[in-house]
Amino acid sequence: MAGADGDDSLYPIAVLIDELRNEDVQLRLNSIKKLSTIALALGVERTRTELLPFLTDTIYDEDEVLLALAEQLGNFTMLVGGPEYVHCLLPPLESLATVEETVVRDKAVESLRKISHEHSPVDLEVHFEPLVKRLASGDWFTSRTSACGLFSVCYPRVSSTVKAEIRQHFRTLCSDDTPMVRRAAASKLGEFAKVLELDYVKSDIISLFTALASDEQDSVRLLAVEACVSIATLLPQEDLETLVMPTLRQAAEDKSWRVRYMVADKFSELQKAVGPEITKNDLVPAFQNLLKDCEAEVRAAAANKVKEFCENLPEDSKETIIMSHILPCVKELVSDTNQHVKSALASVIMGLSTILGKDNTVEHLLPLFLAQLKDECPEVRLNIISNLDCVNEVIGIRQLSQSLLPAIVELAEDAKWRVRLAIIEYMPLLAGQLGVEFFDEKLNSLCMAWLVDHVYAIREAATCNLMKLVEKFGAEWAQNTIIPKVLGMANDPNYLHRMTTLFCINSLSEACGQEITTKQMLPVILKMSNDQVANVRFNVAKSLQKIGPVLDSNTLQTEVKPVLEKLATDQDMDVKYFAQEAVSVLALA
Amino acid sequence: METTKLPPSSPSSPTTGFSVPSAEKVDGFPRRSMRRARQRRSHSSSQFRYQSSQVELTPLPLLKDVPVAELHDLFCKKLQQCCVLFDFLDCVADLKGKEIKRAALNELVEGVATSRGVLIEPLYPEAIKMISVNIFRTLPPSENPEFDPEEDEPTLEASWPHLQLVYEFFLRFLESPDFQPSMAKRYLDQKFVLQLLELFDSEDPREREYLKTILHRVYGKLLGLRAYIRKQINNIFLRFIYETEHFNGVAELLEILGSIINGFALPLKSEHKQFLVRVLIPLHTARSLSIFHAQLAYCVVQFMEKDATVTEYIIRGLLKYWPKTCTQKEVMFLGEMEEILDVIEPSQFLRVQEPLFRQIAACISSSHFQVAERALYFWNNEYILSLIEENCQVILPLVFATLYRVSKEHWNQTIVSLIYNVLKTFMEMNSKLFDDLTASYKVEKQKEVKRERERVELWRGLDELQERRVQSLQEATLNQRNLLECPAPSQLDPVPTQPDLTCPDPAQPDPAPCSTSAT
Repeated sequence: MAGADGDDSLYPIAVLIDELRNEDVQLRLNSIKKLSTIALALGVERTRTELLPFLTDTIYDEDEVLLALAEQLGNFTMLVGGPEYVHCLLPPLESLATVEETVVRDKAVESLRKISHEHSPVDLEVHFEPLVKRLASGDWFTSRTSACGLFSVCYPRVSSTVKAEIRQHFRTLCSDDTPMVRRAAASKLGEFAKVLELDYVKSDIISLFTALASDEQDSVRLLAVEACVSIATLLPQEDLETLVMPTLRQAAEDKSWRVRYMVADKFSELQKAVGPEITKNDLVPAFQNLLKDCEAEVRAAAANKVKEFCENLPEDSKETIIMSHILPCVKELVSDTNQHVKSALASVIMGLSTILGKDNTVEHLLPLFLAQLKDECPEVRLNIISNLDCVNEVIGIRQLSQSLLPAIVELAEDAKWRVRLAIIEYMPLLAGQLGVEFFDEKLNSLCMAWLVDHVYAIREAATCNLMKLVEKFGAEWAQNTIIPKVLGMANDPNYLHRMTTLFCINSLSEACGQEITTKQMLPVILKMSNDQVANVRFNVAKSLQKIGPVLDSNTLQTEVKPVLEKLATDQDMDVKYFAQEAVSVLALA
Repeated sequence: METTKLPPSSPSSPTTGFSVPSAEKVDGFPRRSMRRARQRRSHSSSQFRYQSSQVELTPLPLLKDVPVAELHDLFCKKLQQCCVLFDFLDCVADLKGKEIKRAALNELVEGVATSRGVLIEPLYPEAIKMISVNIFRTLPPSENPEFDPEEDEPTLEASWPHLQLVYEFFLRFLESPDFQPSMAKRYLDQKFVLQLLELFDSEDPREREYLKTILHRVYGKLLGLRAYIRKQINNIFLRFIYETEHFNGVAELLEILGSIINGFALPLKSEHKQFLVRVLIPLHTARSLSIFHAQLAYCVVQFMEKDATVTEYIIRGLLKYWPKTCTQKEVMFLGEMEEILDVIEPSQFLRVQEPLFRQIAACISSSHFQVAERALYFWNNEYILSLIEENCQVILPLVFATLYRVSKEHWNQTIVSLIYNVLKTFMEMNSKLFDDLTASYKVEKQKEVKRERERVELWRGLDELQERRVQSLQEATLNQRNLLECPAPSQLDPVPTQPDLTCPDPAQPDPAPCSTSAT
């Protein structure tokens, strides 16, 4: 590593360390964030012998500084001289992995995991594994929690004796005195199981899993549900029934709603992990119960999974199970007392139509869609409308149009602009499916009304919507239906509306083509260059720049250029700026 | 829309759906006040859960009507009767049964409170069972995921008409002169206590109030559980601080701890010191500090009064967690600091005065006048003033520059006049030192500017050096790799060995902004 050593005379360590000690936290933080620069200035040798010991000794600082330090050290391998010296980074990271603040500890663990891969197998046993052991037997819970995240990275690469020790440590932490450590262990159980040999999964992991899944604290039990997915994936099918299912059944009926919520939330993963047979026998009834749970949280989580669950059912019995077991529960959820449950259902229910086919959809699902379209809660209706494309593939949305319209009109005027925004985004899709006649008759006026909405985001989305409609229905349609209205707004007393005209022109000119742009739009823009509001004038300049490419060079020279030149001498500096920019972009100078 | 719908409950979809009358559609944003108005005082209960077959209750004879020989038997039967749970979300369901249970509970409360000799050993398991069945339950999900205890109405427990009586019974049971801890401890075990502690998360303040008194009694009477209770409270706090940031009963638990700390034996055990340093002090970082700050500050001061040697831990801890952006919390910290300084021993003061007054100086220069004002009020406290006077040589140089500067540039007149008073006090304390500092103020200022210039210079040099080194390091890495030719078999995933050396230069100015001004 020639040339990588520091220059003593230029940067004595004391000066650099002073920077890391600055009284001002912000300055200290900045210095720590540039720790790699300091290390580079010192060179690998002195980074190892002077900088790192200093960092290890002074770990009592603001958590924000420590967080930055923990992150930096994860990328320090080259700065201490490459993989053969990477173990030098362990002492400071070890201290950081024991601090109180969770984000700092987590970052330290992340960095430790990262550099663990850079250790040779020998270094891993000599330096890394002892660190894990020390953390695992630390006095305070913080170090033991950190240890939980490190077992799985060193286990695969150590000798069998050390492996046995690691397993033992993990076992101990799973029955730790403090729930914080048990939670950490439970959350890493699945990850650890993945690196273990199958025999040990059966002998060790299962008993730990069972114990954690019946912990006295629900916060621990629910984490075991997550591990259940990984564990079930690892085991051969014939062992699942005896090793995993009793615990899973128990979790699905846990007395704490948090645990049941977790089961519902992980249902698709669980379904995949246990396979079709167990799904048919066990998960279907369990899922029914979750859909009928007494706690709305749980029902909502389960409702969210309805489509995925049905999709992944075994082919041979898919339809029977859905029709006889799932659909009755779904019907009840449509009139649930809780809006979040209904809204969760509405976001997936349309997906069932592709699974069940046309006849079943018309007979069984359509009434549910219609009921949800009339729901009192806008979110429910919106979720239905947002997923119309699924049902369109199966039966077409004409079937729905009668109920659709009132729902759309109401959402289009909803008090929350995010709801209005969402419905605007579905307009092009609806227009395509409903056809131009229906659209002109029922929806066109809505689209125009959005142009004068009092929220900018809505006006902007409405503009973009018009462009997409023109792309669908063609320039002629645009010329007849929307352009007159858009151009009419150029005379509106409100300057915001006048600007909307310009924004519409910006997005429509390309779709409408040269003729319409030159003949109808351009005169309006040019006229607006005399507007008394500067914002309108500089937007005229921007619009001219935007539509320039659509116009022919003669028009540019004779009509656009004089106006831009005039604007370039405007008294307002912004108007001047944008006019000059337009001139140079359009190469009119 | 107004009456039928249950309030939203899911944290996964926190937006609440409701429509406002079109007249109020001004900007499309729902007014917070409108949401308030809609939030009725809501009830929730997770008590009525897994009872599939409802038992029909029949009224039993009154306790006072039976001969003494049958009293215990009847008492027992009433306790068993009270194990039946009712659905309170449906307020008209099984009114008769609810009334029978209510009457029975009332009688039990009365019985355990007034008659002597009722509490015999066989009743203990029955009583504890009745209490457990009624009060222990998984608390329902919070109906308002952004519940703000200071602003929002709490969700009240729907089954309170019964629950209250059960708690009342429990309390009277513990307070009864006949209560025998030696018998109770078989049933009031660690598992029971753990469940009891979890109930402190209840959103219903009435329930927490009962729990507080009950836990206090349990702590007082069952000595064998004390250490366990303290440990579990620790765990609850640690989870609150580092994991969930949510627990409704922190203030109540702290209140109990306040009186527990009062009773600690001297010298303090290391367990207790650890509790102070690793739990109580970090509790100050909580976002919801204002809800339990009074109780927390009380606990902290209790510790100091017990054992002055913990003072340094406390003050350094508070300084470490000093709020950076929340001025409201800063004012709270200053208040607590004054409480602490009120009882500090002069010898302890010497150990912390430097970092402490550096922080106070920072507070004085806060642009938020309440923070500055609160800090300046320290000079109105006679005891603190006497400490400052004794250590004027150290403190004045620490705060002088700030006072001098802020007196010239603070926007708030009250602050400026307060600072003049403080400066005047210092002048009277030690006029020689004051004059020296005034004289050297400009020089110090210039030195500071010079130091800053040197810093910038240093970093510029370092950055340049980095650019040169990155090049050579990259080459070296490449050479080394070629030489070793992919060594360890375990390097399955190619680790990006190139450290992040190309950090963007934050000093680089943004590209010229184009201003947009409306006329």
